[in-house]
Amino acid sequence: MLRFLFTRSLLVIPTFVGITLLAFLLVHSVPGDPIELLAGEHGISVERHTQLLHEYGLDRPLSIQYLRYVGHVLRGDLGRSLITHAPVVQEFSQLFPATIELTLAAALFATLVGLPAGMIAAVRRNSVFDHGVMGAALAGYSMPIFWWGLLLIILFSNTLGWTPVSGRISVDYDIAPRTGFLIVDSLLSGEDGALASTLSHLILPAVVLGTIPLAVIARMTRSAMLEVLGEDYIRTARAKGLGPLRVIGLHALRNALIPVVTVIGLQVGVLFTGAILTETIFSWPGVGKWLVDSINRRDYPVLQGGVLLIGTVVMAVNLAVDLLYGVINPRIRYRRS
Amino acid sequence: MNRHLLAAGFGLAVLGLAASGEAKTFVYCSEGSPENFYPAINTTGTSFDASSRQIYSRLVEFKLGTTEVEAGLAESWDVAPDGLAYTFHLRKGVKWQTTAGFTPSRDFNADDVIFSFERQWKTDNAYFKVTSDNHSYFNDMDMPSSLKSIDKVDDYTVRFSLNTPNAPFLANMAMDFASIESKEYADKMLAAGTPEKVDQEPVGTGPFQLESYQKDAIIRYQANPSFYKGKVKVDSLVFAITPDASVRFAKLKSGECDLIPYPAPADVPAMRSDNSLKVLDQAGLNIAYLAFNTSKKPYDDIRVRRAVDMAINKKAIVDAVYLGFGIPAKNPIPPSMWSYNDAVKDYDYDPDGAKKLLADAGLANGFDTDLWFMPVQRPYNPNGKRIGELMQADLAKVGINAKLVTFEWGQYRKKLQGGEPMLMQFGWTGDNGDPDNFLNTLLGCAAAKIGGNNVARWCYKDFDDLVAEAQRTADPKKRTELYEKAQLVFKDQTPWFTIAHSLQIAAMRGNVEGFKLSPLGYHDFSEVDKK
Repeated sequence: MLRFLFTRSLLVIPTFVGITLLAFLLVHSVPGDPIELLAGEHGISVERHTQLLHEYGLDRPLSIQYLRYVGHVLRGDLGRSLITHAPVVQEFSQLFPATIELTLAAALFATLVGLPAGMIAAVRRNSVFDHGVMGAALAGYSMPIFWWGLLLIILFSNTLGWTPVSGRISVDYDIAPRTGFLIVDSLLSGEDGALASTLSHLILPAVVLGTIPLAVIARMTRSAMLEVLGEDYIRTARAKGLGPLRVIGLHALRNALIPVVTVIGLQVGVLFTGAILTETIFSWPGVGKWLVDSINRRDYPVLQGGVLLIGTVVMAVNLAVDLLYGVINPRIRYRRS
Repeated sequence: MNRHLLAAGFGLAVLGLAASGEAKTFVYCSEGSPENFYPAINTTGTSFDASSRQIYSRLVEFKLGTTEVEAGLAESWDVAPDGLAYTFHLRKGVKWQTTAGFTPSRDFNADDVIFSFERQWKTDNAYFKVTSDNHSYFNDMDMPSSLKSIDKVDDYTVRFSLNTPNAPFLANMAMDFASIESKEYADKMLAAGTPEKVDQEPVGTGPFQLESYQKDAIIRYQANPSFYKGKVKVDSLVFAITPDASVRFAKLKSGECDLIPYPAPADVPAMRSDNSLKVLDQAGLNIAYLAFNTSKKPYDDIRVRRAVDMAINKKAIVDAVYLGFGIPAKNPIPPSMWSYNDAVKDYDYDPDGAKKLLADAGLANGFDTDLWFMPVQRPYNPNGKRIGELMQADLAKVGINAKLVTFEWGQYRKKLQGGEPMLMQFGWTGDNGDPDNFLNTLLGCAAAKIGGNNVARWCYKDFDDLVAEAQRTADPKKRTELYEKAQLVFKDQTPWFTIAHSLQIAAMRGNVEGFKLSPLGYHDFSEVDKK
């Protein structure tokens, strides 16, 4: 197990180099520089432009800039935003908990609904329920997030008045960020109604962001279950007289979970991508919108640092998923050791 | 007897509570996060709304809803007869805000004024590099070359000496970069080794003081109890940061916001028909134009410029592209600016007349030209490409073969200022509400050099004499006359095809009162109330 962990972790190093290099090269290949952009219609004199480029270290050859950047990263310094002048790590740590809270809620929603829906669809193959779930999954998968989000806002917030339109909590509550996770912070604050307000603000964005992963999970669970349900050992289990719940819940599901867990792990990347749009629609103060803004403003340190930090998180989740295989399927663990 | 007194007392107390009511919070759903809270290094309206307009004050201010300058922290001012010195007489008894990190020991005075400008001007000032040394507007408004010295005459009198007479200087003093900061606070933070706190936890003399800020989520302000114009009518102000325009509208409808800026064009008809909402609109302080490079053939010929002007259907472009968010422009300055000359007559759309003019100029068979279109959306131009295509089609009808060209925004502007294109879209958003900021900055001879803002390369003596004289003249009435004449010369000579001024729109709940749109694009809440 330890050796597995070690070899798996070693792979992180080339991935890390790849991410930093790619982020760096992509950012710098976008035409225009932050100083020109800030200047707007006014323009900027050549002397001042040169002076500012020098101050920001942007006048050196790209290879030197990259090496300096990696050097700083290894010392834990991701630089400061060229626009807000705040340290990248500080901004990231302020915004990231909001993204985590949103993606976790979305993942939870997708799994809690997608897994049972896929299971039931598989067990009741070709039934109305099966066709209904698979049809809905296809529709959900094809839904543009922006459109879906606005549609839900118009229905649930404006027409029915059940949920708030956007934000993380009503402006009536002034909760000081302690952990950054508003569910925890509103609980800690002890203010009446704060938690309820937080949860009600979380519903729509979580549903919107969770829709695509839900569809993927439901379809994956269904096909994996169908495959497993046709296996000999299921027939044997049934022949032994085990109840349907035990056969499906224990024997079938556990074996069907391997591809499903893989898919759930891969959805983390999808969730982060979707978070960019979801955060913009629902005024969610997370890292997705922060990164998009940084592209538009050519805020190199934020973009590089943000991609690096998010990439690291996605890598960590995938590592955790790999480790989880061993827990679900002992054969993987044994083969490695 | 005692029981009666008690009952009466209780009754009064209840009445008192009812009269005081609940604390009034005004929620503004702003479009984005501020860059930071130091106005002098910021460049966006979003940042100015969040910092300078609420927290700080300036020596002079723009009168709410106008571009006129009125008294601010300076009660009055004198201009030297030669226009080379401005002496400001400061208001006494103006209190600095008391925050968690700072309790002022003295009122606002001349030291604060001098500190606020020297911080941006003198490289040896301890605060010059704090947060950033890129004091964009101080440089853009040519302050380093126009300022000679700033002197403290006494605690409540400050004199600004200039190198050349410059009438727009007064309007510059109302701009965001000229916000006045507390020297006492700066000194304390410097001594404590945390100078950057001055910019992160701002202390001003404005209508509101900052309470807390969570990036991309919320900014909270409390009414400044000792604001020099009297405490504002609401108790607190919240900026609920909501980047998507349609979502802002949804929040306004549901009552989560009291006021929203920059609505999506498609939502405006629904806003106007909703009885629970009020919609304000006003021509913004901007202009979109198509400049002729008058240093290149054939645009050095006034007949060709006029022909192009007559060949393009302006109304069709404004209707198709601005979707009710723009008005056709006939002058280089917008109608919300003082000295706008409404007597100027625009050229009519007249393709036949255009053909005749081209024939007169020896171009009866038309000619080839490039036509540069804006690569990005700007406040004055929602879709440069579409405008370019419509112009191209109109020009084809009179035999002009226009090739559409564009570049990345930074490159685009650089090439325009480098004099490369023949025919080019560009535009401007006013900085200080002064006509000089359009007419001289964009059309004066000094700006017609390579790298300058006069991308038409148009240096016309009659025009330049008028705007130069207006710049030296302090009397607003005299200046108005000069600028009105200048606009007539401009139209006659046609260095630009003036496209449009875009409208500024804000929508609010029906119970909001006292809010005025600023032509300068600010959102100022010092007079708002909720009924």
